[in-house]
Amino acid sequence: MNTPMLGKLAACGFALIMLQSCWEAPNTQSTQTGFRGTGMIDTKNDKTLANLQSLNRIPEAAPVPADTGPGPKAKDVFENVQVLGDLSVAEFTGTMVAITSWVSPEEGCTYCHVAGNFASEELYTKAVSRRMMEMTRDINSNWTDHVGETGVTCLTCHRGNNVPEYIWFEQDGPRTAAGMSAKSYQQNHAAMNVGSTSMLSDPFSKYLSDEPAAIRVIAQNALPYKGVDAISSTQDTENTYSLMVHMSESLGVNCTACHNTRAFTSWEQSPPARMTAWHGLQMVPELNKTYLEPLGPTYPANRLGPLGDAPKVSCATCHQGVSKPFYGQSMLEDFPAWKGVRDE
Amino acid sequence: MAEYQNIFNQVQVRGNGEMGVPVPRGERERLGKPRFSRWLGMIGNAQIGPFYLGFTGLMAIVCGVVAFEIIGLNMLASVNWDVVEFIRQLFWLALEPPSPEYGLSFPPMAEGGWWLLAGFFLTLSIMLWWTRIYLRARALKMGYHIPWAFAAAIWLFLVLGFFRPLLMGSWSEAVPFGIFPHLDWTAAFSIRYGNLFYNPFHMLSITFLYGSAVLFAMHGATILAVGRYGGEREIEQITDRGTATERAALFWRWTMGFNATMESIHRWAWWFAVLCPITGGIGILLTGTVVDNWYLWGVKHGIAPDYPAVYTPSVDPAVAESSVPAVSVETAK
Repeated sequence: MNTPMLGKLAACGFALIMLQSCWEAPNTQSTQTGFRGTGMIDTKNDKTLANLQSLNRIPEAAPVPADTGPGPKAKDVFENVQVLGDLSVAEFTGTMVAITSWVSPEEGCTYCHVAGNFASEELYTKAVSRRMMEMTRDINSNWTDHVGETGVTCLTCHRGNNVPEYIWFEQDGPRTAAGMSAKSYQQNHAAMNVGSTSMLSDPFSKYLSDEPAAIRVIAQNALPYKGVDAISSTQDTENTYSLMVHMSESLGVNCTACHNTRAFTSWEQSPPARMTAWHGLQMVPELNKTYLEPLGPTYPANRLGPLGDAPKVSCATCHQGVSKPFYGQSMLEDFPAWKGVRDE
Repeated sequence: MAEYQNIFNQVQVRGNGEMGVPVPRGERERLGKPRFSRWLGMIGNAQIGPFYLGFTGLMAIVCGVVAFEIIGLNMLASVNWDVVEFIRQLFWLALEPPSPEYGLSFPPMAEGGWWLLAGFFLTLSIMLWWTRIYLRARALKMGYHIPWAFAAAIWLFLVLGFFRPLLMGSWSEAVPFGIFPHLDWTAAFSIRYGNLFYNPFHMLSITFLYGSAVLFAMHGATILAVGRYGGEREIEQITDRGTATERAALFWRWTMGFNATMESIHRWAWWFAVLCPITGGIGILLTGTVVDNWYLWGVKHGIAPDYPAVYTPSVDPAVAESSVPAVSVETAK
């Protein structure tokens, strides 16, 4: 083979390698989800799918069945039981063992309890986990529009970690020069948590905190009406867009999972998943406001964010890359204690 | 004659550099001694230079450099003067226009002032470059087709960054300077105004854009294909056709029943290219000023078809659960 030929081959090889990095790895499966020709398609990649499936398998564990017999309740037998006291002693202790395997498999009971004095309030982890238990039962009984009958348990977020992997803190934004130089408004940098776009890197504080900004930006009328639609700008739209990218990334879905992209705002043409997502967007700020943010003073400094705020939840906290955590497999039948506060 | 079947030029003329027509008295002399490049000769004329800079050219470059520096230095500042991060994140960095609250006022430098200044110098630079092209066309006693074609592109540029923001009453409606940021802006713009694909001027613009590519390919291919009969002598063949032209014309009459002529094909190309930014600019100018949601506008005018429902149609839960009269009131802050 002569030299120019080799050069051409090398150039072709190099071009192929460069192109390779532009597209997703092959073996992408697409499923039609809407009317033909409308581009309503769900795509899944075989490569990432296998990984996601292994991450979203519920580990084998002994179930803790509901025990509503006449026996004594946990709150009557043990000292200082403020939550789950409505369970029987057997169900209570079984649930505690399950929590340990979900949240502190290595540290065991003493991650939250003082050895020898389980009633002690000494460890902050106990106060936090108590609030988390209340939150779990609140979600399963009051937010069924979002979690359905599937519900959530500690494992949905924790997956064996003391602190769930996908949490968020308020951010200072990227380090920029000060003074007269142009501001970046927490955007225009590679933002990995919003799909490596250059948009708002922290849609969480804006849309998922205690005072969430309105998400809707698209005009509801064909023609402009001054003073109504005029106030949502293209810049607002970019911010909403970055929240939507976060949702898309967290759930491993396209825009078309919830929207008919020819008319993003039209509810009549939206897949039903949009309704579930809408309730999720009501739920998350409410959870952050009621449960997560107020825990700030309870945490030691090493658990707080760079600006001193408590860890908070986003869509990714539970979803972790799939549209239904654990592919929609419910744990509530095996662990009915989490369904909600039991009637006396 | 096999040279016309190659994708690169096979013929490179070498000799003394061609200096062009004499410069009229009192005008600036052209710069540089002509050189030859074998590699450039593959894709064009191998001769480089001489170059005419002139006052407008010089000022265009100065203003362009000022704009480029304002944008680049602000990007560098946005990564805290870290050159490595500047290179790593270059495609993400931007100089952002002012926020909506500033309207059309001149904001503080850090909050959009630099953007306005960069836009000013970039516009000035482009206008000066247009003037330079116009003056050079005049100097060569050419028609003004090239400056007017460039003006069509400038129209779109001005609509995006100047005319439309003026009509909307806010600089915040303009495009940021930056590679990915301007693409994110484009996507957000289409979403905010209810899908630009339903904008008929956007449709026209795309037609002319893709049409330009098709015409370009058809014309280029036709001329190369009859190059073996001297088909590249297009200008002479406008009046004196010859076998190359006859064959090219016959080819298209055979395949599609109609053919352009050696003259008209260039008018086709010029108009398609020029109408792409002209119609596009009209479409952008109407967005937000005359039409707020192109999809709904399309429904109103019967261009957005109804598809059979696949899911049970849902009702907006925000309306269903509260007594808020119109969703549009809930716009973002």
